[in-house]
Amino acid sequence: MIKVKVNGQQRDWDGDPDLPLLWYLRDEIGLTGTKFACGQALCGACTVIVNKQAIRACVTSVSDVVDREITTIEGLHPTGDHAVQKAWRQVNVPQCGFCQTGQIMQAAALLMENPKPNHDQIREAMAGNICRCGCYQRIENAVHLASTGV
Amino acid sequence: MNVITNPGKLRGIERRVQVEKISRRGILKGLGIAGGFVLAAPVMTRQAFAYKTGAGDMPHGTVADPRVFVAIASDGTVTIVAHRAEMGTGVRTSLPMIVAEEMEADWSRVKVQQAHGDEVRFGNQDTDGSRSTRHYLLPMRQIGASARAMLEAAAAKRWGVPAAEVKAVNHEVVHSATSRRLGFGELAADAAKEPVPNVEGLKLKNPKDFRYLGKGQIGIVDLRDITVGAAQYGGDVTLPGTKYAVIARPPVTGGKLKSFDATDAMKVSGVEKVMEVQGWPWPSKFQPVGGVAVIARNTGAAIKGRDALKIVWDDGANGKYESTAYRTQIEEAARKPGLVVRKEGDVDAALKGADKVIVGEYYLPHLAHVAMEPPVALANVKDGRCEIWAPVQSPGGTREDVAKTLGIPQENVTVNVTLLGGGFGRKSKCDFAIEAALLSKAIGAPVKVQWTREDDIRNGFLHTVSAERIEAGLDKSGKVVAWRHRSVAPSIASTFAPNAVHQAPFELGMGLIDMPFEIANIQCENPEAAAHTRTGWFRAVSNIPRAFAVQSMVGELAHATKRDQKDMLLELIGSPRIVKLDSVKDPWNYGEPYDSYPIDTARLRRVVEVVADKGGWGRAMPKGHGLGIAAHRSFVSYIATIVEVSVGAKGQLVVHRVDTAIDCGTFVNPERIESQIEGAAIMGLSLAKYGEITFKDGKVQQGNFDDFPVIRMDEAPLITHVHIVPADADAPPSGVGEPGVPPFAPALINAIFAATGKRIRALPIGKQLET
Repeated sequence: MIKVKVNGQQRDWDGDPDLPLLWYLRDEIGLTGTKFACGQALCGACTVIVNKQAIRACVTSVSDVVDREITTIEGLHPTGDHAVQKAWRQVNVPQCGFCQTGQIMQAAALLMENPKPNHDQIREAMAGNICRCGCYQRIENAVHLASTGV
Repeated sequence: MNVITNPGKLRGIERRVQVEKISRRGILKGLGIAGGFVLAAPVMTRQAFAYKTGAGDMPHGTVADPRVFVAIASDGTVTIVAHRAEMGTGVRTSLPMIVAEEMEADWSRVKVQQAHGDEVRFGNQDTDGSRSTRHYLLPMRQIGASARAMLEAAAAKRWGVPAAEVKAVNHEVVHSATSRRLGFGELAADAAKEPVPNVEGLKLKNPKDFRYLGKGQIGIVDLRDITVGAAQYGGDVTLPGTKYAVIARPPVTGGKLKSFDATDAMKVSGVEKVMEVQGWPWPSKFQPVGGVAVIARNTGAAIKGRDALKIVWDDGANGKYESTAYRTQIEEAARKPGLVVRKEGDVDAALKGADKVIVGEYYLPHLAHVAMEPPVALANVKDGRCEIWAPVQSPGGTREDVAKTLGIPQENVTVNVTLLGGGFGRKSKCDFAIEAALLSKAIGAPVKVQWTREDDIRNGFLHTVSAERIEAGLDKSGKVVAWRHRSVAPSIASTFAPNAVHQAPFELGMGLIDMPFEIANIQCENPEAAAHTRTGWFRAVSNIPRAFAVQSMVGELAHATKRDQKDMLLELIGSPRIVKLDSVKDPWNYGEPYDSYPIDTARLRRVVEVVADKGGWGRAMPKGHGLGIAAHRSFVSYIATIVEVSVGAKGQLVVHRVDTAIDCGTFVNPERIESQIEGAAIMGLSLAKYGEITFKDGKVQQGNFDDFPVIRMDEAPLITHVHIVPADADAPPSGVGEPGVPPFAPALINAIFAATGKRIRALPIGKQLET
């Protein structure tokens, strides 16, 4: 039995301890805001925050996150009004929207570490998150907006 | 010959085959010079629409009945049905917005409800071909206007006044003479009893009174849900008792399962069942290719189980497909005469008599769509019925195909359309939904089939590989007098019929036979090319290789004659006119009547002029920087793009700025047009810089974003500007989702040439700038 804490809630997992956190979140406890897109930590669609660090849930086992605080998009802010989420809406970032929860979690982690990132720092920090629709210009603007006050 | 078997029974390609016949009526009528150069032209200034679209020629046509699309609750909530699929274009917002505009609904009190797949009820639902706004602007206005008229009639009756004295204004009907007003909610029940007005008698709003259309002030309806993780995509729906499946599919197109050993797979924690999935022999339209399914308590366990399978495949006839050899084969085919598909003047004589002949040979490889959401579907087959939740572009086609596969009536199949995590043409094919239905039927439980990224890249419907060869003959003055374009590429028709070696009219019509240049001697040829893998629509389709070849050649001709690229482009486009395609057997024209959607070179010239003006064409460049330009008409829209690049000493490519001008006729949601064009630049850069799927021993050699990279934020253009060219008053709406892609790569390549003197003729760029 493994104890997992997701969005402040303690849970028990009695299945495969090597199960990727992504599938635990999506298929076992129904938190589908975290997305599957590559399975190899290449695209960032499954980004969640563990102890203030952005991690890729697709290559992280459930056993790797025992006793850690896991935050998913559903738990980022109680009313969904984190500065990054508000900035995303203000800038009309999404097209299809599929990668955006991962982008938002990555951006939120960036701002925890560096509250005022410059242009190059934003582009570098967000480069692990792919958006096939190509919303990068707006993502960059939204991160900048979130860092300067929405 | 392309042999389309049972054209009446096929969707997708068949509609194009039908349209081919019909669009012959699009005889040129010499409309004269349309357009002009007025940038301030208002949007939609006419009450009546003077144009016709090909909407009625699509399967099941259009439905413009307000009772199907609009519901008003007694609390005033207006529910509007979105019957097209949302894959990022904003259509789930834009089409309902048109209805709300016409019926005077207050957008903040509108809810959007996604239609399930039912084309008899909703009309055609194939969300592809950049058609949604083009085909539905008018029907959606009619639906809204009908609903408004019914509300007004109900209010007039209640008050005992003539209907002409009342007017719907912002969610109320008002009788201004007596200052009486009734909310839509209060009128809903009575309005529903009113007869639906005749379309002919409908009074549409005066565009000067528009609150939403053409303004771009409304965010997409799913914006909040997307940012909080509540938006539902294909994999996000689960039913009680759902089982999770992944499938090992034949690695070679047309391959078959020989044998498999599931012993180790069954030992994986969480794996519950391993079974064969039925496959259909190639070519099989959108039917599954078969394979071995691993069914588990969660997707992670299913993937791990699949990794433990031991499978022996029979690769079949395509087991020798190899990209390097195939490239040589189609390049050689492009050097020999092929089927003539357009002929004006005498190109052989003109080339022979030319002072100079410039030859450009261009090559573009297969591409994978790699929408962020790989294919996924949930199906529940029970008691002779099937319900599906899936991100499909074609819910009507999915319903038909699933019903046929399961052998049950269509009425027993419900296809719920989730949001699509990107589509780009891949999700026009519903093989993944059929797989889920087959597995659910087999195990008697709801089954969610998840494709991995590797599945998506290796078992998809790839963009075709293409060799394009252009010979341009110049006279002594440097004027182009001869143009021969040979295009060699496996056809999408090969997905439907064996031995399809020529391109179908809908492919020829994407930038080959509709090439708009004013040249005395033109010949377009289509030598044969056999397909060895599944080929499908990819955003902008054949326009990608055609625009690349034609617009690269413009750059080559500019260089050869020492002229400015933009001047060369305008000279080739020639005088403002309607292009006559008399020698073309079937101009296709995106299924649109030529009268309403002719090739209008005035409009093509105008986007070039606008982008040159707004994009600072000719501005002084720092050392190592270069500007490139390209223009292309596709999906009956006109686009021109300027790209500024720099190339470093070690070949490092930086895209500093992109400017794109688009004339898409009358438009609805300019904010979403901008987002589509911004995204098209990224997709264009991805395919130009990295996009390449190769085959060896019949198998795709790439599998994920490491070996099939796409552009990431640190390589994205530093800034993209979108310039929407206001259309003439009665310009019909045209495509937006796809047309931004084709001109990007040639504009980029022309810019690289300007910066470095290096001409790239084969994509992707890859390491070509490093040497």
